[in-house]
Amino acid sequence: MENLTALTDRALKLVEEAGDLSTLDHVRVEYLGKKGQITALLKGLGALSAEERPRAGAEINKAKQRIQAQITESKQRLEQVAVEAKLVSETIDVTLPGRGQHSGGLHPVTRTMERIEALFAAAGYAVEQGPEIEDDYHNFEALNIPAHHPARAMHDTFYIRSTNRAASPAAGDGSAPASYVLRTHTSPVQVRTMENQRPPIRIICPGRVYRCDSDLTHTPMFHQVEGLVVDKDISFADLKGTVDQFLKAFFETDVPVRFRPSYFPFTEPSAEVDIQCTNCGGRGCRVCSHTGWLEIMGCGMVHPNVFKASGIDTEVYTGFAFGMGVERLAMLRYGVNDLRLFFESDLKFLKQF
Amino acid sequence: MKLSESWLREWVDPALGTDELVEQITMAGLEVDATEAVAGEFSGVIVGEVLSVEPHPNADKLRVCQVAGAAEVAQVVCGAPNARAGIKVPFATVGAVLPGDVKIKKAKLRGVESRGMLCAQTELQAGDDASGLWELPADAPTGQPLQRYLQLDDTLIDIDLTPNRGDCLSIKGVARDIGVLNRLSPDAPAIEPVAATIDDVFPVHIEAAARCPRYAGRIIRNIDIGRPSPSWMQERLRRCGVRSIDAVVDVTNYVMLEQGVPMHAFDLNTLDRGIVVRMATDAEPLALLDGQEVKLQADTLVIADHGKAVAMAGIMGGAATAVGETTRDIFLESAFFDPVGIAGQARSYGLHTESSHRFERGVDYRMQEQAIERATRLLLDIVGGEPGPVSIAEDAAAMPAGRQVKLRRERIHKGLGFEMPDAEVVDILCRLGLELIETQGGGWTFGVPSYRFDIALEEDLLEELARVFGYNRLPTTSFSTELRIKPNTESLLGLKAVRQHLIAKGYYEAITYSFVEPDLLKLFDPKAEPVELQNPISADMAVMRTTLWPGLVHALQHNLNRQQQRIRLFETGLRFVPSAKGLLQEAMVAGAICGERYPESWALKAGGVDFYDLKGDLESLLELTGNAIAFSFMAAQHPALHPGQSALVLKNGTEVGYIGTIHPQIQQRLGLPQPVFLFEIAQSAVAEAKLPRFRELSKFPEVRRDIAVIVDQSQPVERLLETASSKAGDYLQELKVFDLYVGKGIDPHRKSVALGLTFQHPSRTLTEDEINASMDAVVRSLEVEFDATLR
Repeated sequence: MENLTALTDRALKLVEEAGDLSTLDHVRVEYLGKKGQITALLKGLGALSAEERPRAGAEINKAKQRIQAQITESKQRLEQVAVEAKLVSETIDVTLPGRGQHSGGLHPVTRTMERIEALFAAAGYAVEQGPEIEDDYHNFEALNIPAHHPARAMHDTFYIRSTNRAASPAAGDGSAPASYVLRTHTSPVQVRTMENQRPPIRIICPGRVYRCDSDLTHTPMFHQVEGLVVDKDISFADLKGTVDQFLKAFFETDVPVRFRPSYFPFTEPSAEVDIQCTNCGGRGCRVCSHTGWLEIMGCGMVHPNVFKASGIDTEVYTGFAFGMGVERLAMLRYGVNDLRLFFESDLKFLKQF
Repeated sequence: MKLSESWLREWVDPALGTDELVEQITMAGLEVDATEAVAGEFSGVIVGEVLSVEPHPNADKLRVCQVAGAAEVAQVVCGAPNARAGIKVPFATVGAVLPGDVKIKKAKLRGVESRGMLCAQTELQAGDDASGLWELPADAPTGQPLQRYLQLDDTLIDIDLTPNRGDCLSIKGVARDIGVLNRLSPDAPAIEPVAATIDDVFPVHIEAAARCPRYAGRIIRNIDIGRPSPSWMQERLRRCGVRSIDAVVDVTNYVMLEQGVPMHAFDLNTLDRGIVVRMATDAEPLALLDGQEVKLQADTLVIADHGKAVAMAGIMGGAATAVGETTRDIFLESAFFDPVGIAGQARSYGLHTESSHRFERGVDYRMQEQAIERATRLLLDIVGGEPGPVSIAEDAAAMPAGRQVKLRRERIHKGLGFEMPDAEVVDILCRLGLELIETQGGGWTFGVPSYRFDIALEEDLLEELARVFGYNRLPTTSFSTELRIKPNTESLLGLKAVRQHLIAKGYYEAITYSFVEPDLLKLFDPKAEPVELQNPISADMAVMRTTLWPGLVHALQHNLNRQQQRIRLFETGLRFVPSAKGLLQEAMVAGAICGERYPESWALKAGGVDFYDLKGDLESLLELTGNAIAFSFMAAQHPALHPGQSALVLKNGTEVGYIGTIHPQIQQRLGLPQPVFLFEIAQSAVAEAKLPRFRELSKFPEVRRDIAVIVDQSQPVERLLETASSKAGDYLQELKVFDLYVGKGIDPHRKSVALGLTFQHPSRTLTEDEINASMDAVVRSLEVEFDATLR
């Protein structure tokens, strides 16, 4: 049986030395396989006496189990090594950029308008829109701005050349061609809404508007969001509350808001709204012309003449309206310092939003 | 309007600093745009008298002056050429601080002690003369602080008045509002009637009474036009932005600034017989004071004599009858012109004058005689002369009716959201000059003063109450209202989803002007007769776009010129298309791409974008509607697009847009280095989505069969797909084009199209025979309809 011990030791040594799975398998076949040396010993048991046989058999089996256990253990170890080697070989640089399209982006004006719409939508305001080439009636007359009213000079209006009947929105109905303008504000949408809906009305009107003015701080096209609320018992105090809440929500800060008497033909009383300068916190800086305040929107109680033009009973209903320049809000919110950038479509600008 | 603060404070002087006063009137609706000091900020400068001048021992250009004015005579070294004994000049004493924070110290100049500095106008920022010392009048009081002597301690207040507040276009008007806010009565200069010393009256006849109900005039003879207006008056005019001309013009301007009543003075001897206030005859000529020759429109009110028009009423006088160097006798005019009639008149001639500005907004219709009396007094004091009596022509029936406005107590609460005590209501309105006519149970009736053209309605009174009480003292509340859940159409996709989708596809949103250059538009839409602007801001923004493409391509060019290689832009907005039905203002969404297919990357070597990249993006947008099947693409011509690479986009057979490659000639014309791919589609086409409708999931296996057919190259694949789809039976689940081959092994006029068809039955496994039958039907119909051969 010395033979068995040596054989076992040799096998165990070879198992231990096996550096890979195939060598290990060779060792297994060599010793434990059908023609393996340990298997051969088991086969040789028959040559032993009946007394010797059980003891020798037990010893050979024990040796076989020892080798088998050792092989199993080595095998697991080698398999683990192999898996690890494979994983190492498959390692990639996860810091390299991914493949495919990048995301584009929304224009800051749209982004701002969507934000304003969302704030008001949450308070139950509906979004209304209207034409940009507007008739004189809806842009001016119905808003208590008769022809030659000095307030018309406040709006540098683009007029439509009326040579082409096909270019006039009312062509074909046989009526005299009205004069058309590029709408100077989104207020005509309010008029159109009041013509078609009964109070209570709670709307905002976002959109493009046009004024014949172009310099550092004016572009001939810009965007407005106007709001209109018409109901019973709507007061100036409610207007103040609405504007105050909106501005605080928009700027996400408890910004001081003040109201100054002003004049718009379509509201009475009218107010300009200032917020404390968002740049300097009211101490005075270049952005606020050292006043500490920024003019941010106009508002007021809907003028009775506007209600009358739209057929709303001024004895029953009151209402307020407000309007703001979207570019101005976007400039303050995002720190844009040049209005003209909004309409140059420069990707270096657009990619920042 | 620019006002001198010191002038204003002569009228009303509340105990407020300049900043507080400015804040107060701004918050009361008279918005102050800016304030500006009349002179630079300095201190320690007095009126100095140069007693003697000696040459400097060590310098040729310097002199040593002895200057009186301070506590003791001081020695000052001075380099000014006009330094001489006897003159009075601004003297900055030791310790003085000049504008720019220049501190004056005791100094030695070339070895000679100097105690102070003699100043030029520019050194005090009080004028433009830098040539030498500022020589003050001989009677200037030596030793008096210069600011006090020249009243330089004054601020110009620039008020940006809203058009409703014509009553504040004067010292008097602003003082009135300040008085109301501070409970002070303005201290107006007394206007005493000036007794006539001659009987001459110039006849005035009003023909157009509706436009001019009231006309006051006065003759003054034998004035001495050679005498200038006094320096205090010139200085006040200058500070308010009015140039001094001669004493007569200066006085009329002064009264306008002070009282808010524009006036005019004619050279009496140029007038023919009498004044007639009438409408102009058509194309009547008039040479205006500013040198313009105008042909008058028939709707223009003129002041005429018996022979000719002599002034555009309320706007500008004529040159021929103007007061000049030879004038001896004048005729003063102060009239009331109806604001509505005068509105827009000046602008229609391209004019805007101090006078028209005030008449358009409304001038106090009771102030005409007083203005004349005020002007007469001032004039007599300056140029002398003999005044005749004030004559007044008035058509009482045409005069503005004195307005009365009712105010109901409950409307105060309803409109302003709070209760104001009765006493305060009456107090505020009466301080504003309204007259309490009657107190009823529920409210009051007030009479409106002749200078407030903006008060006609109850709401106007509410505004006055709120304004004087203080907008920021009014309550701030949240209103309650009916909050009903509104109808919401789930199948409306909304523009927001469209934009978000394009952004996820790598597009940036552009916003371009709705007006474009006519020639550029013509390139993209040669047949269009676009809406033209009457008054475009510039020639390249003259017509309204009939397509969004010119703006987008222009934006693309802007970026290409700035080293951007790969551009994906989209825009949403209206296009303005004239049509037989009238102008259509159509909401569109458009996109433009060029450059590489993917952002430059280590992982993708894709090459440039082509038609199919854009089409894929558009198709994925259409898929958002859940109704992609409604859309189809049809080869079609568009003048802006490559004739072989352009398609109409149809929804249920109706045209909704175009997609294609920019026409190579346009690409060349615009100098674009690479092709650009464009789409434009009506927002309405993608606005409506389909509500999803569930279908049972099949548990049975799918079977896929692939075939390749060879057809003519010109054969649109979409037709093959339609036919295959219609012939493949009910169980076709999916149909794909998975390969397209042209080239070796195929007739050069033909192409191979590989189709993959997937079949599945909802409730059982399809048999081989069934599938074969479907495939045979497909192949046969392709053979018959399209001369296809199986490859």
